[in-house]
Amino acid sequence: MDIKTRRKINAFVRYVILVLVGVIMLYPLFWLFSATFKENHEIFTSAGLWPENGLSDWSAWGRAWHFNTGYTFWDHFMNSLKFLVPRTIFTILSSIVTGYAVARFNFKGKKIVFMLIIATLLMPNVIFMIPLYLFWNALGLINTPYPLWVDALFATNSFFVFMMIQFYRTIPRELDEASIVDGCNSLQTLFYILVPILKPIVITVGVLTFMWGMNDYLGPLIYITRMNLLPLSVALRTAIDAESSADYSKVYAMSFLAIIPALAIFGFAQRYFIDGVATTGSKG
Amino acid sequence: MSNRKIAPYIFLIPWVIGMLIFRLYPFANSLRLSFMRYRLMSPNNRFIGLDNYIRMFTTDRTFKLSLEATLKYVLLTVPLVLVFSLFVAFVLNFKLKFINFFRTAYYIPSILGGNVAIVTLWQFLFETRGLINTLITSLGGTPVRWYTDPNLAMLVMSLLRAWQFGSTMVIFLAALQNVPKSLYEAGAIDGASKLRMFFAITIPIITPVILFNFVMRTVNAFQEFNSSYLITQGGPNYATYLLNVYIYETAFRRNLNMGYASALSWVLFVLIMILTAIVFRSSKYWVHYSD
Repeated sequence: MDIKTRRKINAFVRYVILVLVGVIMLYPLFWLFSATFKENHEIFTSAGLWPENGLSDWSAWGRAWHFNTGYTFWDHFMNSLKFLVPRTIFTILSSIVTGYAVARFNFKGKKIVFMLIIATLLMPNVIFMIPLYLFWNALGLINTPYPLWVDALFATNSFFVFMMIQFYRTIPRELDEASIVDGCNSLQTLFYILVPILKPIVITVGVLTFMWGMNDYLGPLIYITRMNLLPLSVALRTAIDAESSADYSKVYAMSFLAIIPALAIFGFAQRYFIDGVATTGSKG
Repeated sequence: MSNRKIAPYIFLIPWVIGMLIFRLYPFANSLRLSFMRYRLMSPNNRFIGLDNYIRMFTTDRTFKLSLEATLKYVLLTVPLVLVFSLFVAFVLNFKLKFINFFRTAYYIPSILGGNVAIVTLWQFLFETRGLINTLITSLGGTPVRWYTDPNLAMLVMSLLRAWQFGSTMVIFLAALQNVPKSLYEAGAIDGASKLRMFFAITIPIITPVILFNFVMRTVNAFQEFNSSYLITQGGPNYATYLLNVYIYETAFRRNLNMGYASALSWVLFVLIMILTAIVFRSSKYWVHYSD
């Protein structure tokens, strides 16, 4: 067998592996989408992706829009945005600034700061859960969005601060020095020189903050108890639990609706996103 | 240049405030609460010393079960996620056309992550009449009752995490791309097989990243909540009732017993610290730093 044939066989085997893994990864999602067009009996007897009646019956999507509580999908999605938007913006800003201080300056206490960041990275969040609940409760802010975003102002997510620091380290320090020679102060260096380079990591931190907030179930479960204020995650599950014995295509359509925002953002950001994670990961 | 002396402290002000209010204060307060009989809105909250901890280790059967379930979940999930994500990273490291398409596609389940919709889908997939059983039947097998067997119920939870390997996988992928090509060329000249090169070159070089992912996955697995609370509801018979769910229900559902729940969370914390300490201690025997 000559080298050329061997290479071709090699490549073929690799594509087969790639496609097989791809099927495992994505099949459940395609199946979820197709099930929204199926009758109950078809959902439970067919693993196929193409519905008996094709894509003609979109009624499940209409039913899915209105939760049985009287609120719509949109109401709960807006409740989610009320804490996700500030949470995302402030997480980005506070981790840019904190990362800048740690990665670019030498100062007394730097080692302690870095150690605290790593230590809190490894601490389970559950240890803070009860005292923080009591804290927000004492301020009378249960059933408001504040407990779900205010801490983002203060760079409390060590994972993102750590990612930022790692990314700063990939940017040559000569850039900072040149800008200082040109008369920039520290803040100008940060915003004119470094932030534009930080774009992939800013998008990564933004996307992850948004997604994790969107997916968070335990947080809103603790802080939000009024039905009209519930964010999508908790409201969706409550609605599905009330529904699941009867109307499966509706349940699946509700689920699919709920992942559309995440899919859309990923589609928009994925080019930077995987780069961002990869660059910072490589230096860890 | 005094500007550069003061500047870092100014930039760190938000972080310091956050550290004090949202980390150090709750940390200390949770320790204090763990020595108290503390119920929300109760008039007779008081210091009771080690009573919470004594009760936990002597009379509380639910604690024993949830501790067992948690350890089992961690032991099953962490290796599963690490092996699967390293395998996928290896596959995605192939130099092929369309590889970027596959990289993006593989990432989608992770980006949806713990989305309640996805957790719920996962729950439905393994129901007695669910998709997995439909596939098994169509291949000639008999349907499996996933949620009545403790081990299978646990497996369903772990598989969900393995399916969402994204961030772990991307970090592995970056590490694989950084392995110097010259090492493989040298290996090829020595006549080493692909498999041998993987274990003799690739794995040793990426051990620092394996350590990082290992620790992060372990810390995360100890805090799993959604799959236990939503997929199996802790069943059958508390076999998948994870500590985090027990803490939540003790503090916020049953009797708002926040003192006891704090003690539970401290046990979880100490457990995680002990295990990460062991891992870091052991790392000098198996982690190789090139620089």
